[in-house]
Amino acid sequence: MEKKVVFRSAWLPYALVAPQIAITLVFFFWPAAQALWYSFQLQDAFGLKTQFVGLQNFAALLRDSNYLQSFKVTAMFSALVAFSGIGISLLLAAMADRVLRGALVYRTLLIWPYAVASAVAGVLWLFLFAPSIGIVTYVLKRGGIHWDWLLQGDQAMLLVVIAATWKQISYNFLFFLAGLQSIPRSLIEAAAIDGAGPGRRFWTIVFPLLSPTTFFLLVVNIVYAFFDTFGVIDATTQGGPAGATQILVYKVYYDGVKAADLGGSSAQSVILMAIVIALTVVQFRYVERRVQY
Amino acid sequence: MAAVSLRDVRKSYTKDLQVIHGVSMEIADGEFIVILGPSGCGKSTLLRMVAGLETITAGEIAIGDRVVNNLEPKDRDIAMVFQNYALYPHMSVYDNMAYGLRIRGFAREKIEERVQRAAEILELKKFLDRKPRALSGGQRQRVAMGRAIVREPQVFLFDEPLSNLDAKLRVQMRGELQALHRRLGTTSLFVTHDQVEAMTLAQRMIVMNAGRAEQIGAPLEVYARPATTFVAGFIGSPPMNLIPRDGRLMGVRPEHLEPCGESEAMLSIEVDLIEPLGADTLVYGHIGDREGTRVAARLHASVDARTGRLPLRYAPGQVHWFEPASGRRIEA
Repeated sequence: MEKKVVFRSAWLPYALVAPQIAITLVFFFWPAAQALWYSFQLQDAFGLKTQFVGLQNFAALLRDSNYLQSFKVTAMFSALVAFSGIGISLLLAAMADRVLRGALVYRTLLIWPYAVASAVAGVLWLFLFAPSIGIVTYVLKRGGIHWDWLLQGDQAMLLVVIAATWKQISYNFLFFLAGLQSIPRSLIEAAAIDGAGPGRRFWTIVFPLLSPTTFFLLVVNIVYAFFDTFGVIDATTQGGPAGATQILVYKVYYDGVKAADLGGSSAQSVILMAIVIALTVVQFRYVERRVQY
Repeated sequence: MAAVSLRDVRKSYTKDLQVIHGVSMEIADGEFIVILGPSGCGKSTLLRMVAGLETITAGEIAIGDRVVNNLEPKDRDIAMVFQNYALYPHMSVYDNMAYGLRIRGFAREKIEERVQRAAEILELKKFLDRKPRALSGGQRQRVAMGRAIVREPQVFLFDEPLSNLDAKLRVQMRGELQALHRRLGTTSLFVTHDQVEAMTLAQRMIVMNAGRAEQIGAPLEVYARPATTFVAGFIGSPPMNLIPRDGRLMGVRPEHLEPCGESEAMLSIEVDLIEPLGADTLVYGHIGDREGTRVAARLHASVDARTGRLPLRYAPGQVHWFEPASGRRIEA
């Protein structure tokens, strides 16, 4: 049974939760309500006149091929980030799980990228891959590959995927390692005695037992790729070339701040809000329930 | 089925840390062997070396006529039942049992036949579709056994399989294990720290202490002629009384002491603790003053046990003698 604390005075519990509520109201509900409100408005570029247009902003968005393109780019981007991030970190975790000596050092080093701000991570990879002076560019050029993501959309996408994935691997790694370490050794030994080699043991025993973790990370990574990669994009490609890396959240910023289309930008952020709500529901519905065997 | 030979088997983790100090034993085909010892004596390590889960530092282990030192667990043709059962939690009972057969490429009908037969023997037919978490402890234990049975291996290895069960279920499973062994006749090695399990299940047992085999023999033989003071103290409850006498240690079991008149007394104790168990009564006391050797005696319930002086006697044939320094038995 959970212990229930009973307050004698009526106002104390409210006073205790008030700061949290105030923060949520000011930094979440207020801007969200504003976005919702602006999404029904049309404003001129100088902010002098505002007109109520109902759902027209949304209708315009759904007809806008640029917006649909941005949707595709986002889908591609988050799929690549989520799958490569999960794949690489699972591989690293599986290997780290077998390391006995120096495991702590190994783990600590792998966690560092998570502490790096995404803008810094972006700049880091920007330098490495810079078309004129980047060290990776230099190596690639020697290998006969022409590297210029300023002009080539695929390469720009690859760059932001690498930068975004690199930052998220640590987080995934931690969860996978914890998941792996919670699998009893005797299960693996039983499978070994049953005749399964290392690969087979992994795919028939370990991976299914990790599936709740994997599913959780899938949701978290998609949310990350959708929203938290703004810094990476802004520091490297800024959505270019020609919108090849313009993910939805960057387009919200670009249309609203740079192109001064407040209504259209707000409508986009409302759509993003709907997406994040849906993902959260999925997470709570399925993940929480399936975490334990 | 096969015989198993342990030839001077040793295990060390580092140069200074040796945990098995040379164990040798010939196990006959179809024999049920119990490896008994306190925790940390190396009994599980020895079993895991037979299984191939631990490397063998020195010596040889042979199953049948194959030396298996360098074989992977899967190539040793053994099956193991773990203390925590190690059932695959995401698979049904059926799949748990079929897993090893599928990997070995058995035909679907053959797998079905073997799993159904094992389920029949172990009374698991109703549960084949369930996941392990939907089973009770005893049922999980049976599934773990079923997983071993379907493989029809040369040797069964049991690593304290009953220690997670409650007392009543443990007695029941002990009986089932015995019946199973009679029915299948597979060579079995069974690790336990419970002397009752060892006494009831073993055809022969190996009593281990600090990485050494103290004694190997049939349960009653080990009980009747313990080779060392360690074995004398480990087998029997309460343990054998060890009383210094004439520069040697005299061992006499509590159940071999009986009250008598003062004139016949071979031993007198001051009783200070009485434990009535129903069928009999345990009394504990010390010889002479408070610092004297502690002695336990098992008295028939009809004896009116009370604290104070209690004269005791024993049949001379029931006495054992040991070297005090080495703890070795001195043959009369």
